[in-house]
Amino acid sequence: MGEVFVITSGKGGVGKTTTTANIGTSLAMLGYRVVLVDADIGLRNLDVVMGLENRIVYDLVDVAHGRCRLRQALIRDRRFETLYLLPAAQTKDKNAISPEQMKALCEEIKKECDYLLVDCPAGIEQGFRNAVAGADRAIVVTTPEVAAVRDADRIIGLLEASEIRNPLLILNRIRPKMVRTGDMLDVDDVIEHLAIELLGIVPDDESIIVSTNRGEPAVLNSHSKAGEAYRNISRRIAGEEVPFMNLENGGGFMDRVRRLLGLRTS
Amino acid sequence: MLELLQRIFRRDSYKTSKDVAHERLRLVLMHDRLDLSPKVMEELRADLMNVIKEYMVIDEKTMEINLEKDQQCVALVANIPVIRMKRLPNS
Repeated sequence: MGEVFVITSGKGGVGKTTTTANIGTSLAMLGYRVVLVDADIGLRNLDVVMGLENRIVYDLVDVAHGRCRLRQALIRDRRFETLYLLPAAQTKDKNAISPEQMKALCEEIKKECDYLLVDCPAGIEQGFRNAVAGADRAIVVTTPEVAAVRDADRIIGLLEASEIRNPLLILNRIRPKMVRTGDMLDVDDVIEHLAIELLGIVPDDESIIVSTNRGEPAVLNSHSKAGEAYRNISRRIAGEEVPFMNLENGGGFMDRVRRLLGLRTS
Repeated sequence: MLELLQRIFRRDSYKTSKDVAHERLRLVLMHDRLDLSPKVMEELRADLMNVIKEYMVIDEKTMEINLEKDQQCVALVANIPVIRMKRLPNS
């Protein structure tokens, strides 16, 4: 019996879909059976990030309404044979699926996989309620900005109300240089505010844009820092103890000058 | 220019943008989380009343409790008319 994780954030554009694609791919690289479900109905994205957009025949709503069998709608990944995607529908009807249908679907899928990852839409409305309906656990993605952390806090409250306890945090798009110069919230600041368990820190990395352009998750690129962070996160999900990545790399020139002059400790 | 110099020779009083973000976040989260439901406010009111009644007789009908928020802080403000003090054994 597999475990269902919902990947959520409240705010849009913080990296939910990228996170879902990368964690899913690297769990499959580790040999697990993984199904990715795009719950963002009307704004289908995960297929593009995974590079599987040309192979869609049926979608989530077709399965929920019995227009096809689950097996027909699942798209097998080109690279890993234990990795599958259930794409979102492109319908405009927000109520195309109900939380009950979503829950039944998750129950059915998790019987035959190790990890089911649900990519949640932004916002706190119907789409959010659908996405969390069948989830056992939640991963909250945020970036080190006031608005993103604030929305993450709202989401954590709503997850608790939905009886999904102990959500895990991924802090995305950290820029070590800006943290060092005091121009970006660091991990400790965000943890202090949100008070939930940290699952991983992902550095801001241009290779994510390149990998999204190509439809190949960054975890497949052994030179990508963000890819490495996501591979570590997946190993933690699988129960391994992996130390958090060291994002420091010596410091810039002015930092060294400041340290020399004793104007700054650290 | 002044800002640049302050940044280079950072003083204790100089606030980095991260410090500003941290403080804004603290306040904004406090305000968000303070959005208590009427049910919770009623429970708080009942609990408060029970504690105060140990010490004094109060006018329960006209007592008011409110969370007052401004830019800098949040305060729990209570206006509780006291009708009579109780005679306390240890005073």
